[in-house]
Amino acid sequence: MIPVCRLEDLPEGESVRVETTPPVAVFRTEDGELYAIDDTCTHQDASLSEGWLEGCLVECPLHAASFDLRTGEPTCLPARRPVRTHRVTVEDGVIHVHLTAEEGTAA
Amino acid sequence: MRTVTIVGASLSGLYAARELRAQGFDGRLVIVGEEPHLPYDRPPLSKNFLSGRTDEDQLALTDADETAGLDAEWLLGVRARGLDTRGRTVVLDDGRTVSTDGVVLATGAAARRLPGGSLAGVHTLRTLDDARALRADLGLGARQVVVIGGGFIGAETASSCAGLGHAVTVVEAAPLPLVPQLGADMAAVCAALHRRRGVELITGTGVAGLRGTATVTGVDLTDGRTLPADIVIVGIGATPNTSWLVGSTLALHDGVLCDDGCATALPQVVAVGDVARVGGSRAEHWTSATEQPRVAVTNLLAGRTLQRVRTVPYFWSDQYGSRIQFAGRHRDGDTVHLTEGEITDDGPGESGFLAHYERGGRTVAVLGVDQPRAFLRARRELQRQVREQAVPAVL
Ligand SMILES: Cc1cc2nc3c(=O)[nH]c(=O)nc-3n(C[C@H](O)[C@H](O)[C@H](O)COP(=O)(O)OP(=O)(O)OC[C@H]3O[C@@H](n4cnc5c(N)ncnc54)[C@H](O)[C@@H]3O)c2cc1C
Ligand code: FES
Repeated sequence: MIPVCRLEDLPEGESVRVETTPPVAVFRTEDGELYAIDDTCTHQDASLSEGWLEGCLVECPLHAASFDLRTGEPTCLPARRPVRTHRVTVEDGVIHVHLTAEEGTAA
Repeated sequence: MRTVTIVGASLSGLYAARELRAQGFDGRLVIVGEEPHLPYDRPPLSKNFLSGRTDEDQLALTDADETAGLDAEWLLGVRARGLDTRGRTVVLDDGRTVSTDGVVLATGAAARRLPGGSLAGVHTLRTLDDARALRADLGLGARQVVVIGGGFIGAETASSCAGLGHAVTVVEAAPLPLVPQLGADMAAVCAALHRRRGVELITGTGVAGLRGTATVTGVDLTDGRTLPADIVIVGIGATPNTSWLVGSTLALHDGVLCDDGCATALPQVVAVGDVARVGGSRAEHWTSATEQPRVAVTNLLAGRTLQRVRTVPYFWSDQYGSRIQFAGRHRDGDTVHLTEGEITDDGPGESGFLAHYERGGRTVAVLGVDQPRAFLRARRELQRQVREQAVPAVL
């Protein structure tokens, strides 16, 4: 469980990058929902926390692939693989990310 | 339409195939490609592929599931040699012919070469095979590399070679590289990236010739100097692959001439990507090659131009650890305003910058260096303007 920042420091419609390995992006949607996904786009090499947030979708700032924050699935090309999603909780006013265990990454 | 043939099996050809199926074309789909490979992505070739951070399998643009779903006949490793006068037959180099009702021209562009014979150690960088050969040469130990041409591909290649520990010199004939793309002021800022990383940039000097008998040993400059070299990379631009269409009725002039809906004078022939001159301009950008096929396929299936390409040109480039992004169209005389970050004598400041190009009080283009978030906002704003202009006036 990794503390991110105080809830009030992440306004609605904004995102923040957490420097874990690999880095994670935490989003607070316009509706106030919190989501966390792997920050690096599965297409090439861009940071999704710097993307365009619209509802539950984030658009990659490099080639405009879009990911659903709820599932991590890409909703359009050029990305074809999902990003991992992570559970988010708020404890004592602080946002926490619970990292999903890395799957067998036999490289 | 019962048969559609796509000529060119790369980025824009693949996107055209996807669009044909997505838009309901259920006839015979033939894809002809000169390269033996299934579609792969070119931008990483000069970036992470050359530096070894990306492998070949990561370049693939499609996978077995998708190719099965597309249900196409792939004729790979064979070049199209001609298109009959009315665009109904594609003639292949091996003598085969494909009778077709519709044609998508997606033959892209080819790297321009220096005149003269070929010497070992001299490379261009357009295809996977080019990149494999260059990567192998760079793997032989520390070398003297001369890059001819300081455009995006030249700069990215120089950056990747320097990152691998080679001694690199870039030769640019113009007084400054990237002026056509960025305008003089911003081109000067980006040129500073080379020097900052210890890459020598020689400008205002052309190349008189290459030295060496079997293998290259040096580059003769027009100012009389000779640069020693074991590897020479020629990055002097690309020419659209239209020679195979000479003799067809299509109008060719720096690309296949199309209306702003990617349609040629023959309603059953459309062109997309680097080979297409759409509504008077030709782009060599990844995003154009992925956006044009949707419009082109709609118009092809309709038999007339129903839709126009209404996007803002966009490209990116990765050099020396910096990400450069540009959107819009600029002209000489535009004024450039810095809106984020800073520029120092030594190039982009620590956190990059965002610059707006203005003409007549309106933003016409934006350039970002390491400012993806601010750039994305500015780019979307430009797109919004273009879309609003596209709305027909209500009378
Ligand atoms: C090294 C490199 C780096 C790049 N980096 C960037 C970047 O950072 N950002 C950006 O925006 N753009 C970049 N680009 C440009 C981008 O890759 C191109 O715009 C894009 O590939 C164009 O796609 P295309 O399908 O139109 O043409 P191409 O990718 O050129 O494909 C055309 C295909 O047609 C085949 N062909 C040609 N003639 C025939 C024939 N007669 N018969 C059959 N097949 C034929 C060719 O073999 C080729 O496979 C880069 C390009 C290169 C080479
Ligand atoms: S890196 Fe995200 S879409 Fe390409």
